[in-house]
Parts: sequence; structure tokens; C-alpha cells
Amino acid sequence: LKNKSSVFYYHAMLIPGVVLLLIFSIMPMFGLIMAFQTFNPILGFFQSPFVGLDNFKAVFTNSEITQAMYNTLVIAIIKIILQMLVPITFAILLNECRLLWFKRGVQTIVYMPFFLSWVIVAEMFSHMFALNGMVNTMLMALGFKNPIMFMASNLWFQPIVIGVDVWKNFGFNAVIYIAAITGIDPNLYEAADIDGATRWQKVKFVTLPGIISTVVLLGVLSIGGILNAGFDEIFNMYNPLVYKSGDILDTLVYRIGIGQLQYSVGTAVGLFKSVVSFVLITVSFKLAHKFAGYRIF
Amino acid sequence: LKYSHLRRITFADIIISVILIGIALLCLIPILNTIAISLSNKTPADLGIVFLWPIQFTPIAYMEMIKDSQFFTSFGISVQRVLEGATLNVLITILMAYPLSKSKYVFKSRNKYMWFLLFTMLFNGGLVPTFLLITKLHMINTMWSLILPGAVPVFNVLVLMNFFRDIPSSLEEAAYMDGANPLYILWKIYVPLSLPAIAVITLFSAVGHWNSFFDGLIYINLTSKMPLQTYIQNLTVNVDWGQASNMSKEDLVRALTMSRTTFNAAKVIVSMLPLLVLYPFLQKYFVKGLTLGAVKE
Repeated sequence: LKNKSSVFYYHAMLIPGVVLLLIFSIMPMFGLIMAFQTFNPILGFFQSPFVGLDNFKAVFTNSEITQAMYNTLVIAIIKIILQMLVPITFAILLNECRLLWFKRGVQTIVYMPFFLSWVIVAEMFSHMFALNGMVNTMLMALGFKNPIMFMASNLWFQPIVIGVDVWKNFGFNAVIYIAAITGIDPNLYEAADIDGATRWQKVKFVTLPGIISTVVLLGVLSIGGILNAGFDEIFNMYNPLVYKSGDILDTLVYRIGIGQLQYSVGTAVGLFKSVVSFVLITVSFKLAHKFAGYRIF
Repeated sequence: LKYSHLRRITFADIIISVILIGIALLCLIPILNTIAISLSNKTPADLGIVFLWPIQFTPIAYMEMIKDSQFFTSFGISVQRVLEGATLNVLITILMAYPLSKSKYVFKSRNKYMWFLLFTMLFNGGLVPTFLLITKLHMINTMWSLILPGAVPVFNVLVLMNFFRDIPSSLEEAAYMDGANPLYILWKIYVPLSLPAIAVITLFSAVGHWNSFFDGLIYINLTSKMPLQTYIQNLTVNVDWGQASNMSKEDLVRALTMSRTTFNAAKVIVSMLPLLVLYPFLQKYFVKGLTLGAVKE
């Protein structure tokens, strides 16, 4: 089915999308030149003075930026680990439950938070953890003297951000493990039964080995997200009192680049992040291909 | 049936069920709490004594909200955005996925396009250059700024492309012999055969557009043109962080916990209403979608 006129149609079908990508994805990449200039919107890209790598020096010397980089790594790594442990545990528990309608019901409820917007989720939790929120009222009822300012505390902000992320997304993340467990050959369980395996032994020697390849693959692929600590979530939950523990690279780029109109520094921080992410994602794809035969296309 | 289904209910079964019920409750409590607050009187809501059931039941927050015409304007803008944005997303996805599902022997340039798509997926110009581009294109305060930058969902293109690949090529060849052109073949053979996948992609696009707030925040600065999530975000974060450095810690804390509690809760509930209403009906598509884009082995 190789034919000139078909090929013409193929190109024509791809053109609208390619043009949109050229404008909205490729064009901004030329703007990255700002990272090497002291960009002045009036002078434009061609007249603004070049300053070499000065803007990048800020990335490594400005304490605000290094703090944000540290926060990004801590929050993202803990999120990645918990977003594997919690969904795997949940998937195994669900698999151990044999009442079909009960399983369905639990799944329906647990997947729902994934579809809510971060604006709404952040608003709900900010209020629950507020001074006059449900959590503090409960703590006082349990005998605590003073309410805790969760949302204004550098001690509590990171655990809350991570916990809320787990709340919203663990159901979504469990689906893939549930699918992997469903794919395990039932004969293995029967064989284990005949050998007199206990329930726990079946989990340990059949279920877990059955999903370990999925776990490894997703673990490797998640390396690429190590600089993504979740902009939407943190942007909607943080405030100046918790910049020290909650500010991440993305929120900082927004405040520097759009808030304070320091286009060049904002772009430099963003470019630094893009390049590191690009390398990490490429490496993770390579590793995933090598160890699990994963292909993107 | 496996005999394990007939096994007696053990102590472990009860423990597992209790844990699963606990998990499901944890997922529901923040939502139920918000509903209860939205239906409570201002005083108990501000005192934080409302848990899962309204205290001094009153629909006043909702009645107050009906008076806020901007809320409904923004609601309408979001609906328009979902309709236009998701349609454009899906059209482009279908148009691009089809030629890319051809092998490189049929469509020689295929791999060049693939590398181009992959590159735009892995690397981007970042926030500041994109923002400046949208400004330069005079798209600030227009619907275009919300729809066009994300018009090509590259990941969905790859998902649908893989779906198209599994459709037997003999169908296409038969139609081709009858003189059908590729556009006709796509529309009459490929699209009808992959409706479940297209439904899922459409739903995820629609949810994405409905939930998105950040583009509305930076590209729309007239309140009258804001989509719903951005409007709500503006309401709840009604503290100007630019001024924050001038505020005392007490002022900040007060700003964070300011009342309007029941009113904001009502807005949150109404804005998630479309999803809560549709979710039970669309759940099977949603859940299918969670595995559709998942790992291919």
C-alpha cells in the first residue's frame, strides 16, 4: 500500500499539528537565548547585552535558588517512593479481597480524587489544616493545648504536601499494579494452595514476584520526574511563611520570571531544570529499554 | 470457579476489609467535610467544629453564590473552553496518529516526524519564553491562549498511534482497492474501530481543560474572562503575596485563615459538581483510560 497520493495525504494530516508545535513548542526554545543575556524587552533579543553564564552562576550561588533545588529533590524523591509503596500495598490488599461489589465500590471512591483539580484539592486541605480546621479541632479534642499552624510551619509543610499528593494520586497509580496482578497466572496460586502456602506466603512468593518487573520499570521511568515536585499543588498551597521548606524550582521560576519580571534569571533557572530533566528522562528511557524492553515508539 | 472462592471468611478477611473501608473513607472525608461546611452556618464553620455533617443547616452560602454573576460567567467560559479545547485536541490527535501508525516503508518520513514529536515532548522552552511568545502573539485575554499552546497532546498521539497499529491492515487495503483516500479510510475504518480509545482521550482532554488554572492565571488578567478554576484560585488566594513582605506574621496568618469559609466551600463544591455528577457514569471510561496510556510490555 505504498503510493504517492497516500503519502501526500499523510503529510497533509500531520501539518496542522506540526505547525502548532513549531509555534508553541519550538519557537519558545529560541527565547532561551535570554538566559545568556540581560534581557530587556524594549531592546529585544538582538540588542540585549550578552552576559555569558552570569545568570547561571546565580543558580548555584543564590541561596534562594539552591534552597529551592534542595526542596525540589526532597519533595520529589519522597513522593516517588511513596507513590510506589502506597499503590502497591493498596493493590495487594484489594487483590486479597474477594467480594467483587465491595472491591468495585472501593475502587470507584479511591480513583475519584485524581480527577479533581489542584485548586480545589488545595483549598479543601488548606482549610482542613487551618487554625480553625477539622484537624486542629480534633487534636484539641485529644488534649493538645494549642492549635498547630500547619500551613505556616516549615516543619509541617513538606509532610502535608507529600501526604496530599498521595491522597490525590495513589488510586491512579495503583491501577497499573492492579492490572499487573490480574495478569498473574492463576495456576501459580493453585499450585501454591496445593503446596499448603499460607495467604502471606502467596503474597510473598507469587504476587510480589509477579509484579516486580512492572515495579522496576515504573521505578526506572520515574527517575525522569525527579525535578518535578508538583508545581500545581505547591503553588496552590504555599505562602511566604513556608518558602524555606516549600519553595521549589518551578514556583521560584514563576515568581522570579513572571512576578518580578527578571526574565533572564527566570529563564536560566528554567533552562537548567529543562536540561537536567532532559538528560534524566533520556537515561531512564535507555535503562528501561535495556532492562525491560520498554519502547516509546 | 476456584475453590478458594468458597473458603470461609477468616480473621484476615475482616482485617483487610476494615483497612480498605478506612482507605476509602480517608479519600471521602475531605470532600464530605467541605460539603458539610458549605451547608453550615457561618459561626460553627469558622469555629471549625463542622466535621462530616452540617451544623445549623443553611443553604445561604449557595444562595449567596447565585448572586455572584462572575462565577457563572467563568463557569460558562470553562464549559466553552472544554468544548473547543477538547475537540481541537482530539481532532489533531486522530489526524496525527493515523499517518504515524504507518510503517516507515509505507511512509518514509514517519520516523523524522516521530523524532520531532519526541523532542517537543522531552524538551521545552520553559515558562518565561512561552509567556513572552503568547504576549507577542497578542493572545493575552483571549480564548486562544488557553487552547492553542496545548493543542497537540503528544502523549495521546502516541497512545492512539499504538491503538491504530493493532487494526488489521487488510481492512485498509480493501477500502483502498475500492478507491477510498486515506482521509476517508481514517474516518470510516480507523475512527469507528477505536471509539473506546478516542472516548478515553476525549474525556481526559476535557478533564484537563476543566481543571487547568495556571494558563488562565498568567494569560488572562481580566477577571471577566477567567476560566472557573482560575477564578476560584483567585478567590481563595486573595492575599497579594507581593505585599506579603510588608505584612506582620499575625496579619499573614489572619489573611490565610480569613472567613468566607462557607462561601468558598460552596464554590469548591459547585465547581466539582460536573465531575461528581458525571463520574459514576463515565467511571468505566476513566478507569480504562488509566491503563490505556500505561506501560506497554
